[in-house]
Order: sequence, then C-alpha cells, then structure tokens
Amino acid sequence: MIPFVIDGQPVEGKESGNILEVALDAGIEIPHLCYNESVKPYGACRLCLVEVGRRGRSKMTTSCTYPVMEGIEVLTQSEKVLRARRMIMELILAMCPGDKLIQDMAKQMGVEEVRFKRDDKDCILCGLCARVCDEVVGAHAIQFASRGDRREMMPPFGEEAQSCIACGACVVVCPVDVIKMKEEGDERTILRWKRTVKMKKCKICGNYFAPWFQLEKFREQAKLTKDFFDVCYTCRT
Amino acid sequence: MRRLSSTQELEKLRDEILKKRDPHQPFITVCGGTGCHASGCHQVVDAFKKVLHERVKSNGVGLRVTGCHGFCERGPLVVIHPQKIMYQRVKPEDAPAIFQETVLKGKGIENLLYEHPTTGEKINTEEDVPFYKKQMRIIFGNNGSIDPTQIEDYIAVGGYRALPKALFTMKPEEIIKEVKKANLRGRGGGGFPAGLKWEQCRSAPSEIRYVICNADEGDPGAYMDRSLLEGNPHSVLEGMIIGAYAIGSREGYVYVRNEYPLAVENIGIAIRQARDLGLLGKNILGSGFEFDVKVSRGGGAFVCGESTALMASIEGNVGEPRAKHIHTVISGLWERPSNLNNVETWANVPVIIDRGADWYSQIGTEGSKGTKIFSLVGKVNNTGLVEVPMGISLREIVYDIGGGIPGGKKFKAIQTGGPSGGCIPESLMDLPVDFDRLTEVGSMMGSGGMIVMDESTCMVDLAKYFMNFLKDESCGKCTSCREGTKRMHELLTDITEGRGTMDHIDLLEELGWVTAEASLCALGGTAPNPVLSTIRYFRDEYKEHIINKRCPAKVCRAFLKYRILSDVCTMCGRCAKACPVEAISGKTRTKKEKGIPFKIDEQKCIKCGMCFESCKFEAVEAQ
Amino acid sequence: MESSEIDAIIKQYRGEESAILAILQDLQAKEKYLPKEALEYLGEKLHIPLNKIYRIATFYRAFSLKPRGRHEICVCMGTACHVRGAQRIADQMNLQLGIRPGETTEDQNFTLETVNCLGVCAAGPVVAIDGQYFGKMSPGKVEGTLKKFRSDKKEGLNAKA
Repeated sequence: MIPFVIDGQPVEGKESGNILEVALDAGIEIPHLCYNESVKPYGACRLCLVEVGRRGRSKMTTSCTYPVMEGIEVLTQSEKVLRARRMIMELILAMCPGDKLIQDMAKQMGVEEVRFKRDDKDCILCGLCARVCDEVVGAHAIQFASRGDRREMMPPFGEEAQSCIACGACVVVCPVDVIKMKEEGDERTILRWKRTVKMKKCKICGNYFAPWFQLEKFREQAKLTKDFFDVCYTCRT
Repeated sequence: MRRLSSTQELEKLRDEILKKRDPHQPFITVCGGTGCHASGCHQVVDAFKKVLHERVKSNGVGLRVTGCHGFCERGPLVVIHPQKIMYQRVKPEDAPAIFQETVLKGKGIENLLYEHPTTGEKINTEEDVPFYKKQMRIIFGNNGSIDPTQIEDYIAVGGYRALPKALFTMKPEEIIKEVKKANLRGRGGGGFPAGLKWEQCRSAPSEIRYVICNADEGDPGAYMDRSLLEGNPHSVLEGMIIGAYAIGSREGYVYVRNEYPLAVENIGIAIRQARDLGLLGKNILGSGFEFDVKVSRGGGAFVCGESTALMASIEGNVGEPRAKHIHTVISGLWERPSNLNNVETWANVPVIIDRGADWYSQIGTEGSKGTKIFSLVGKVNNTGLVEVPMGISLREIVYDIGGGIPGGKKFKAIQTGGPSGGCIPESLMDLPVDFDRLTEVGSMMGSGGMIVMDESTCMVDLAKYFMNFLKDESCGKCTSCREGTKRMHELLTDITEGRGTMDHIDLLEELGWVTAEASLCALGGTAPNPVLSTIRYFRDEYKEHIINKRCPAKVCRAFLKYRILSDVCTMCGRCAKACPVEAISGKTRTKKEKGIPFKIDEQKCIKCGMCFESCKFEAVEAQ
Repeated sequence: MESSEIDAIIKQYRGEESAILAILQDLQAKEKYLPKEALEYLGEKLHIPLNKIYRIATFYRAFSLKPRGRHEICVCMGTACHVRGAQRIADQMNLQLGIRPGETTEDQNFTLETVNCLGVCAAGPVVAIDGQYFGKMSPGKVEGTLKKFRSDKKEGLNAKA
C-alpha cells in the first residue's frame, strides 16, 4: 500500500489505484460524473479536479486519472480547485439545464446562475454508457461520434444499434438517467438507441429474461441443445 | 543504384555524382514549392522544357525543379546557375528570353530581376536580395539546390555525411551528449530539450522503441514543415536515422497531415530511395544497425499534432489525448518508449553532428541555440519562409526581411504561435524572438507562424476567428475545453455583433482561466491565449465594440454601413450588377440619358462588400 | 463498390487493424465518400466493431459519409488568409452556390468545404478546387473561377487539352 496525503489527512492506496477512489474510500467527497468503478477512468467531465503537489511542484489535474504515488500532497478544496470546479459545473448546467441531478449538484456547489445561453441537451457526454458497453458487456453498440461541440453519443449512423443486446447496463450507469428502457409484452426497448428486441420467456417462471437473438447466438457458438435456454438461469439453479 | 555497404562506398558514390556535375555548366532551377504551384510554376517548368527541347544550343543545360526557396511572395522563382541570377514573378512566356539572354549569354533581364523597394536598384543574385540578406539558412538553404525526388542531389550537397560519422565514429551516448551540448530544443512549439528527451527514451527499459516525426503542422498560417518535408525530405530522414541509432530504435514513423499530399509523396520517395541505397533497412552502411520508417497520414484533425493524440492516431484510433502522468518517452506508441520530434527539429540533427555542437551553439541566444524557420505571412510585403538565428528581433523580421507593411498602412500587431499563441503589439517589436522571451509577454514562439496585421485587422474578430478554429478542432472530451471554447466563441460573437457588455470581458477572462487550468492537453491549455492577449493589448478595441458599437478596423459587419457617395458616382451600374440581393437602385448613364446616382437600400443590404469591391471610382464607402 | 476492391485495399496494409485510418483514406479517395456498406464490410473483415469505425469516420474531417460533388471547393480559412479577407470569399461562394460549407449542390456538381490552412499562405487568400490552387482570390473573382468548373452539357471538361 502506498501512503500519501489528501487535505492534510494521511491515506493509503494500492499500486494501480487513482486518487479519486482512495479519497472516496476515505470518506472525502470529490464531485464526479464520468467516474465509475466498473470501467477505466476517462477524465472527461473534469469535475474531480484537485491540486497535486509533487517534488515541490503543484499541478491541477483530474483525480480519477492521477495514479497513486508515494508522498504526493493532494488538495481537494483549495481556492483554485473550487474556482475551476464551479465554472465547470456552470458549463455543464448550461449544457443540460433540465437534468435534475445536474441542477442538484450545481446547487450543492453554490452555482446559482448560468451566465451562458442555455442549450437543451440532456446527455452530459461522460461516455459511461459506451465505456460500459465496450469494456464490460462487450457489445460495442454505441460510441462518441464527431468532435468538439458536435460530439454526441450514438449508435453507428444514428440508426438502430444493431449490436445492442438490450442488457440495460447503459441505463443503469448513466449518471443523469437519460437512457430509458421500456418493456412491453415480450419486447424490451432501449429507447435512446432505438433498439427493440424480442425477449425469451422462461418455461417455468414465465419471466422475460434475455433477448432471443442473443441466446440463439450463444447456443450456436457453444453448440448447445435447442431447448437449452428454455429455462432461465434462476429457475435452473 | 546499388546498395552501399560501407562509408567508403558512399563517399565513392558522392565523388561519382560530383564528377558528373560541372559547376560551370549553366542550369536552371525553378522553385517547385506549394506557394509557387499556386502561382503557376508548372507552366513555367513546361515552358522551359519546351525551350530546351527545341533549341540546339540547349545541350547540357540542366533543368531542376527544386524545393521551396522561401520567397513565396515573388513566385514563380527561377535561379540561373552558375551565376545564381534570380528572377521573380516569372511567366511561361519569359522562358525563351531567359534561355537566350541569361543561360546562353549570361545577361540579366531587367524586368524579371528583383527591384529594391526604396533605391529602385535592380538586384542580380539571390543572396543580395534584402529578403535573404539577414537570413541564416543552414537548414532551409539547400532547398533551392535540390530536386527533392532525387537522392543524388542531396548527396551532392553533402547530405548523408553526418550519418556515417554518427554510426562509425560516435557511440549512441556520445551522440546524445552532442545534441545536449548543442542545446537543440524542440521546434514544434514545446521547446523541450531534444537531447534530454532522447536520453530519457533510451534509458526506458524495453526491447522496442519508436522514433516519430511530427509533421502534422496544424497552426493556420504556418507551412515551414511542409516546405521542409516537400523540399528536402532527406534532411529529416537523416536526422531520424541518427536519432534512432542514438536512442536504440529500429522502427520510425513520419506522421504527415493529409492536407499535404506532396509532402506525403516526397517523403515516400525519399524513404524508398534511401532503402535502395542501403541507408535504411538492415545493416545500414555495413554498421550492423537496422532501422526503417513508415509514413502515416493524418485524417484532418489539428489535435493530432498533440503527441499522445498523434500516437493514438497511428494506432488506428481517434486522436483523443490522454493524461501524461507517465511520459510518452516511457510509454508511448503501443505503450513502448517513443521519441517524438518535429520535422524541423529532426532536420537540425545532421547539421549538429556534421559541424559539431560547438559551432552550432555559437548561433542564437543563451537559452535558444541555432536558427528557426518562420512563416512570415499576412499584411507584409515579403511573405514567405525565413530562417533566422534566434535572438533576432521581431522588428528586424517584419521590416528588414519582411519589407514592412504593404500599401503604406500602419503596423498593428503580429500573431505568433498560432492558436496557442498571442498577439504582440508595436510597443514590443524589439523583443528578441526565442523560446522564452515571447512567452513572458503572453504569446509564444510556437511552431513559427508569424501573421502580420495592419490597421484593417480587427483584433476582436481575430480572437473570434481563433476561438472558432479551436472549438472546431477540440476533440471534445474535456468539458472545460469543449464547452469553454464554445462559450468563448459565443461571447466573442456577441461582442462583434453588437450584443456585448463589459461583463463579457470579465467572463471571457474567467472562462479563459478555467479552460487553461482544467483541460487535459495543450489545445485546451493554450486556447485562451489569443483572447487574453488581445484583451491585454487591445482592450480599447473591445470597448469600442461594446460601448460605442463600433469596429474601428471596419471588419465587423454588424457595425458597418455601406453608402454610395452620390457626387462621386459615375453611374456605371457595376455595383448594382454585383449586388447579390438587388439592394442597389439607380439608372446607368448612357449616351442618351443622364442617369441617376446609385443608392443602397439599407434594409436589403447584407453587407457583403461586393459593391465596394466592384466600384472602380471609390464611390462606395464603408463606415 | 465491389467487395473485391475493398479487399485489395486491405491487402495493401496486410490486414492490420491499426491501418484502419489509411484504409479509410484510400477508400475515401476512391469513392469520394465512405459508403455505409463498405464500412460494415470493413468492420467484419478487420474484426473492428462498427461503433469504433463510425467513431473514426466521424472524428476526422478527411472523411465524408455523404457522397461528394464532382468538384470539391476548399476555401482556406487559415489565419493569413483570414486576415486577407477569406471570410468574404466563403460568403461569396455561399451566395454563388447556395450551399454552406460541408454541403453539396443539388446537381451534385460542387461540394463546398473550408479548411483551416492549406499551407500556401503567401498566395492568400487561397481557394483550392479539385486540388488546383487559385491564389490571390477576391470575392470578385469567385464567379469567374467557378465558371471553369460548372457542368456544361455542350462541352465536357475534358475537351480542353
């Protein structure tokens, strides 16, 4: 375990860890949006900024991407940090003024007014949905497209996300809850990606438990019997 | 061309090449740089080819299309050897006369010679032209003598002399020491000591290391790297081979902007020719050292000039930078130690090895050794590429070399360092140009772009222009950069369209600070510089836009009014014809009718300025 | 586009995944845009998921997902050209052609683009049409320059030697 200091408080982190996770574990609150334990840190939202002092030099950086290092001194509430953090919050609020979570976060930070023209976007471009889809689920259904102020999260060509398996991971991970899922009869739809899949019903409990086509794919690949997936996992065990 | 397996064989080849070239034999060089392309050098070349083909006395007269000569304002440029008589603004129809008078008889043709702007004196040779006089063209000078697609030309001027010296008489550590001694600093804008970078890369534990040439020159207005890569690709290649040997790398990449197809082509040809001769590949010159180079094309993204974004691009990803807590010299391309240097930096290496660090460090200032190539463009008489020793003042560059401002207009500012830099006003023109001095005043030397501006440039509009560029080129990952540049652009647009308030200036400064502090890479990190420096030195101009709703430079259209002076109007009707929205009415004067002076309907006017352009009698006024 | 043509391009780069950018550039140069089916095919052949290919295709300005016109007009908006009035030239193009940068005329003849610097600063303002450079442009010269490229039923553009 590697020792260092956050806001004057001694802490410890494991070798491949980052400052943010150590801080959160130690009960030190650093606001963040694009960080999630299940995926690699990305450093997009810039809210988790801290000042890191190392070898006599200080630098402002995102705590989620900064590796744990012996002897570094981290400041999470310095004047510089707060000044930058507030402006970033204001920029995000200007981008997505309708998001409840963003509104609450801003209020908590003391960001009252928005001095910019309000957009009407809902996505905060944190990338968590795509990162989970790529890194954890492996479906590779959505990604960022374009760059700069035209950057947006979408399935290829803006059409129905063909490789989406409607697992719902993106729905769960989205910090501002703008990816909605709908279940109607034997169909599940991830609305934002225009993806509707037919779900397979368990012969025993009657629940719709997974998309048809996905199960078919597994069955073929693993050369399983035709009725292998007629019973859901829960009922099988 | 057979493969060379020793230094002796290389020197033998050099002798053979030189023997075939009679220094007294006349030959014609035509500048084939991109600037001259745009001025029609191809037709000039074709015209000369025709003349040489047809005339009996043309036997033995050579014709060479060379790399960029640098004096782009006066292209197409032709230099007749051996006298080195320089002709400027040459047209295809001049070819026969040039052949007849200059090549055969050695006489100069008056109207094609450069004329001194104040004395009116006609100047015969290139080196006497004021534009070239104060330059020190140790890197760029060879461009005018070589055909970039012929390796023999490079060998003939002494190329590939440093390489055997490095491979056979110096150990890798000694080469690094020499480069450190010369204090070669990165020419791409960062100014990081190259020798130190090489050392760090060499000492990073790994079997595989990469050397990379950054030819993604993205600063608008800068085209030094382009001209160097197009015009003398071997100088860059030789530098890379020496560097690879010093660092311990077997694989190199040249990453070129896709907007530079000729550079891509010429470096490709150079690599193939070097390979054929055994200067690339296995067992180079019999030294046992192995190294080869691949060319990678950019996809049209300014951010790919950033080292981690560039490497991501070579790996087949989008050009999104990553945090550099672990430097690229330790973990870069495919997580291997990688040494990235700019085109011009690499081109300095053979010069340093060949002539020695002691000689090299006599040029320049204490902290900035050697020369720098700048692109001097904009509102300046002698636009082109200039190479000068570091420490020369801005004033000397703009006036002594650049020939001052055209049309007798007044100098206003010079933008250095591109979108990462800032503007420098008249009061600071005596500042020496080097890595450190310009940074002190809120700009930077950057990659070398120098844009001269006069009284007809609006500084607020310029800041808006740069912010537009940056918000377009931002990769979009960081909230602070993506939203920061977008909102700064919005605020500047408001100011230039009459909706500005004094609060906007404070907000711009605040936003600028956050964008710089909070963003991941140098794009966001330096994005506010153009805005902050124009506010610093031209605050009054901002105030004029905000408080008086006026643009002193008459650029911002929201504040312009076009008016036809009825007593000057000759009623020719040109303006009405040119107007795209039919906002001008009047009656043309004919032999029979008197005509009615033309008038602009303010409601319909879209302020495109076509009437102003089309009027030959200066009857249209912009207020 | 035939899949064999795409295969030929892929073969040049020995099917390396990291060559995706170069492959896309060759494809763009050949077809003047990146057809959807070609991208899907590429993804399969190179084992790159389509979401990554689409991301790359939309990130880099060199690529176009919509077919481009017969003639590509590039107005240089580099700083040197800007200072010499490039915006007015872009505006004039807009007026003459009725399209904005990034768009193609209805008759598929012209695509208008702006580029951030062509590297021909001394001749600014510069406009490049099909790779041919026109230096020292002015709003007044736009119409005449465009005329050379306007599609004419009577005479093909290749009629000139």
